[in-house]
Amino acid sequence: MRQYITRRVLQMIPILLGLSIIIFGLFALAPGDFIDANLSKNLSAEKVAELKALYGFDQPLHIRYFRWAGDALRGNLGDSLQFSKPVTSVINDYVWNSFILSAFSYLLSIILAVPIGIISATKQYSKFDMGATVVALIGISMPAFFLGLLMIKIFAIDLHILPVSGMRTAGLNATGFAAMADVGKHLILPTLVLAFSGVGSLMRYTRTSMLEVIKQDYIRTARAKGLSEKTVIYRHALRNALIPIVTILGLMLPGLFGGAMITEQIFAFPGIGKIALGALSKRDYPLMMGFNMFMAVLVLLGNLLSDILYAAVDPRVRLK
Amino acid sequence: MEAVDKKVKINSNETIESPWRMTYRRLKKNKLSMVGFVILLGMFIFSFIGPFLSPHDMITTNVLNANKPPSSQFWLGTDSVGRDVLLRLMLGGRISLLVGLVSVAISVFIGTLVGGLSGFYGGWIDNVLMRIADIFMAVPTMPILVILAAVMSDLKVLPERRIFVVMFILGILSWAGLSRLVRGQILTLREQEFMQAAEALGLKDSRKIFKHLIPNVVPTIIVNATLGIGSSILMESALSFLGLGVVPPIPSWGNMIQSVNNFYNFQNRPWLWIPPGVCIFLTVMAINLFGDGLRDALDPKLKR
Repeated sequence: MRQYITRRVLQMIPILLGLSIIIFGLFALAPGDFIDANLSKNLSAEKVAELKALYGFDQPLHIRYFRWAGDALRGNLGDSLQFSKPVTSVINDYVWNSFILSAFSYLLSIILAVPIGIISATKQYSKFDMGATVVALIGISMPAFFLGLLMIKIFAIDLHILPVSGMRTAGLNATGFAAMADVGKHLILPTLVLAFSGVGSLMRYTRTSMLEVIKQDYIRTARAKGLSEKTVIYRHALRNALIPIVTILGLMLPGLFGGAMITEQIFAFPGIGKIALGALSKRDYPLMMGFNMFMAVLVLLGNLLSDILYAAVDPRVRLK
Repeated sequence: MEAVDKKVKINSNETIESPWRMTYRRLKKNKLSMVGFVILLGMFIFSFIGPFLSPHDMITTNVLNANKPPSSQFWLGTDSVGRDVLLRLMLGGRISLLVGLVSVAISVFIGTLVGGLSGFYGGWIDNVLMRIADIFMAVPTMPILVILAAVMSDLKVLPERRIFVVMFILGILSWAGLSRLVRGQILTLREQEFMQAAEALGLKDSRKIFKHLIPNVVPTIIVNATLGIGSSILMESALSFLGLGVVPPIPSWGNMIQSVNNFYNFQNRPWLWIPPGVCIFLTVMAINLFGDGLRDALDPKLKR
């Protein structure tokens, strides 16, 4: 197992290198920088040049890349130009809001998706299965931002039962339970939107995985032994069917910390995704690059975690 | 595609169903996927033929007709400069569907080529190509898309050209998954007897790959491409909604929904943003239904 993990970690290094080059290259493509976008109107040409030299914008590309990558390796992603503080601390400030939102929606989608997927598979082609499949398809096919807008229109604007956007009511000086209830109210709609789009794919995944297991010989053997259908499904089939689902948990990691750009934007939810989008319009490159590297590392860690989980629950994988 | 068809016909004097005919028969039985197909066909007709039947045009703006609710003259009302929303919806559909189709074509082209070469040659070629695929698999799609789109705005790309750039970007970011699938299948196909026959005939490598191996992978590619069009349309619409994809004056379903940025429109003029959203949803849903049906029909393991 240790050998397997070491190998997988070593494989990550060239990928990370490639990703950092792609991300850096994209920003290098952009013609404007923060100083051009936000400050240059009020400054003289010399002052602009001085500022650019200060931030190293005047250096050749490869030098800027090595400087940036070297710093990033040491955990320093530079300073956000817009917030005037280290990128890492900006990320730290907002990532937890995203985490709360994503955690709730993931929890909701797992609670709904896994049992429904299993029942759907055991009753393949039944009315329940058809209904669940259609609902899952609707979730997958619905653009998240449109669903978000519809929900805001119905529940916040027309019915006035939930807040339109944000995370806290402005000017509300509540503490303790009242403050939590306020945040909770703001979380309901974005959580539902995120969960609805997540539940579909997870449910279909569970169903497919369960269907594959049910068709296997050992399940027939278990039935032939005269075990009750419940034991066959929930003790023998479920365990193997859950293996691929466990790995999905690993793949979910980046979403958990990376925020949901579009949903956060729609609901003006102060998470890392919305901050990243905002950074883009301000041309706050260090923050955007930092966020992208952060996401890339999360994706890689997620893949790693999912592979390790897979190897841990299914010894056959390690031998490959 | 044709290669498979012909082979079956030549080798058999009795009437054996060709794989494509069999697929078609199975697909026809699947009601849900036929519903998907019909909706999809409807969307294409609506978007590509509909505009010719419309009495309105996109060039004239008329402030007197601005922001009219749906009526017998304007079935879906008008926008802030008096253009017919229904006509914009059709023209937007053209763009959204085209972006979906072309970006998937690009992704299929790269994915098949990379997967084919990787699986056929193996060795260091395989290693290099698959590491590149790994990198593209790990790219955080949405953030990267957003940056690329912003770079485009900075480079002042014209709206007409932007569409092509959007197609290109979506294609470039989505080939990796397909290349892995193709490679995996080619690895097993390569060892089969018909490939030894191809070897014995002294065929060129390119011919072996593209005439003998790839045709056997076509079902996988078709299913992947069909479902890919759906996710491509979803991504394009999200980008355009954020103002980063297809930009006005060219309408796309995504950027039509931008009208909600004006709160009064959002609250009181649902005809501006609900129809394009419903169109995106219906199209993607239809594609998913049809794609699922195709997968079931093409996969002989799933015989019912």
